[in-house]
Amino acid sequence: MTAGPLIEIEGLRVTFQSDDGRMTHAVDSVDLSVANGATLGLVGESGCGKSVTSLAIMGLLPKQSAAVSGAIRFDGFDLLDVPDATLRDLRGNRLAMIFQEPMTSLNPSLTIGDQIAETILRHRGGSRRAARERTIELLRRVHISSPEKRIDEFPHKLSGGMRQRVMIAMALACDPQLLIADEPTTALDVTLQAQILDLMRELKAANGAAIILITHDLGVVAEVCDEVAVMYAGEIVERAPVDELFANPQHPYTVGLLGSIPRLDRRTSHLATIEGMVPNMANPPAGCRFAARCPFVEDACTRSPPPLALLSATHASRCIRAPLERLVS
Amino acid sequence: MTALLKVEGLVKHFVAERSVFGRPTAYVKAVDGVSFTVEAGKTLALVGESGCGKSTVSRLVLRLIEPDAGRVTFEGRDLGALNAEQLRAFRRDAQLIFQDPYASLNPRMTVSQILTEPLALHNLVPAAGRRERVEELLRLVGLEPRFARRYPHEFSGGQRQRIAIARALAVEPKLIICDEPVSALDVSIRSQILNLLRDLQDRLKLAYIFVSHDLAVVKHIADRVAVMNLGTIVETAEAQALFAAPRHPYSRALLSAIPVPKPRARRSRIVLEGELPSALNPPSGCRFHTRCPYVIARCRSEVPQLREDGTGYATACHRTGELPGAEAILPSDGGFSPTLEKLVAAFNAAEASGRPGVIS
Repeated sequence: MTAGPLIEIEGLRVTFQSDDGRMTHAVDSVDLSVANGATLGLVGESGCGKSVTSLAIMGLLPKQSAAVSGAIRFDGFDLLDVPDATLRDLRGNRLAMIFQEPMTSLNPSLTIGDQIAETILRHRGGSRRAARERTIELLRRVHISSPEKRIDEFPHKLSGGMRQRVMIAMALACDPQLLIADEPTTALDVTLQAQILDLMRELKAANGAAIILITHDLGVVAEVCDEVAVMYAGEIVERAPVDELFANPQHPYTVGLLGSIPRLDRRTSHLATIEGMVPNMANPPAGCRFAARCPFVEDACTRSPPPLALLSATHASRCIRAPLERLVS
Repeated sequence: MTALLKVEGLVKHFVAERSVFGRPTAYVKAVDGVSFTVEAGKTLALVGESGCGKSTVSRLVLRLIEPDAGRVTFEGRDLGALNAEQLRAFRRDAQLIFQDPYASLNPRMTVSQILTEPLALHNLVPAAGRRERVEELLRLVGLEPRFARRYPHEFSGGQRQRIAIARALAVEPKLIICDEPVSALDVSIRSQILNLLRDLQDRLKLAYIFVSHDLAVVKHIADRVAVMNLGTIVETAEAQALFAAPRHPYSRALLSAIPVPKPRARRSRIVLEGELPSALNPPSGCRFHTRCPYVIARCRSEVPQLREDGTGYATACHRTGELPGAEAILPSDGGFSPTLEKLVAAFNAAEASGRPGVIS
């Protein structure tokens, strides 16, 4: 195996066509790469395109209405260009995904054991008995108590945190090389969230799998990610190693996001707010997509779309006014 | 100063199972002996995990459901003794804002109709003046008056929550119960709504009961905090004191589980193992003992009482005082660099110069 990244996304574009013929650009020229054993955080607010990006990687976007272009290279395959049968062999096997809603993503009429074993039997084959043993082992690994009994229970008997752990067990069934977790803790209480995050860290250490963690919570990102990509209106606006992003953010949107988190270390009377709204993606603005909400905007920002420019070897920002520190000194 | 709202020994058990003859055989002890007070113009936060009874408490306070035992007094009046007409008058003084702004506004009514309804119901403003009052309310929550003719589906989540707040404000209440008002909103919108709630409190001297599971938000908005676990309050204190040094092991676990937006933050963590016990069959003794890292034999048999230490800090734990210090639970060094501090301030300056929160 080569030392290059496990997955490399280049110029990913996703456009949805609505019934009345309007085109919405959900994801625009996204470049990303994740190395083996690394965790990438994909951060942004509702509608910024982070979930669409992950569905594009998994090949789960509806073919009739979504036009996907660019390249997604995963271990020698171009996922946008492989036959459906190959994709089905990869999904659940070497590519796995955890969804936000554990209630709606588990089948209520099958026991959790059957649902996990289904994945094992599809990709690994073998006997039902072996699959059952593997399932029990997986449930134990995600810290479900007395897995021999739980394996025959239906999803409705389990609490939210347990369901999410079942989802994780299912995703891990075939030791995937890439795990995409779409807001895996958003629906959970803080105490459960801490358990799930610990579990993800543990698994990364044990399996060396790469993880793409999609979240809107910068606290979660700081706890588990190595690298972060911030998305806004379908584009990556900033990309940096996690320490660098929190210490020295170089896109105004990232600054606004950091400022809008209530502080735990001291009491502030006012939180930063990002005024205005996300632009309409059926008709994106000509210049920088954040310009209308940016406190540092100047004329040049609205003329042409800014490139994602490297500020250092690892830190890139889509802002022509970066480095930002000179604006306030 | 007398409290605006006083809650004493509130109990609510829901019937979970009945025998074939209809006799109840099992109860969910949703709220089991809860007491607290809310001062005028202040914010009390009710904190706890899903199913701890915090939403049930907020409904009991408004008498939307009837308690099995206990007393709620508002400005000295016992709410349990009110007849239907008096209860309606009380509802002018206490309002409720829900979590989901998509579900709490009637999709068939325009914003103007939504805001006029409480005015007409309580006969507050003569019909001729209502339109003006609606415009005033919209301005108060940072929306443009011309939005009055639109329907809820035309607004974003944050704007809808502003409309829900305007509706609550229409009757000029003294107390607003906010049940997870920002949980469904994006981070940047969340900060707008939190700022708005703060501003309104300062301007209109509102008291809030703020129900939330998000402790970072609670720290930002609350004056006083009550931590609930399985239907009981385990700790209550001034927000500052509680966040500086939480005493109850459950409060410590909750606080230590908040993800901090600072990579490699140094802190001691208490990760709770095991599942949240069911309120249908709560553990004996202290209800937290099954998950508590400091459990001793006494915790399993004897229910700890909520004891106040003389400074307004009350904890229900047998081992208060014996536990190790709690300094490292919240990081004290989570601050921004001076440059980042200035960059963030630029966002606030832009807000101050522009129209606050108005979206055209």
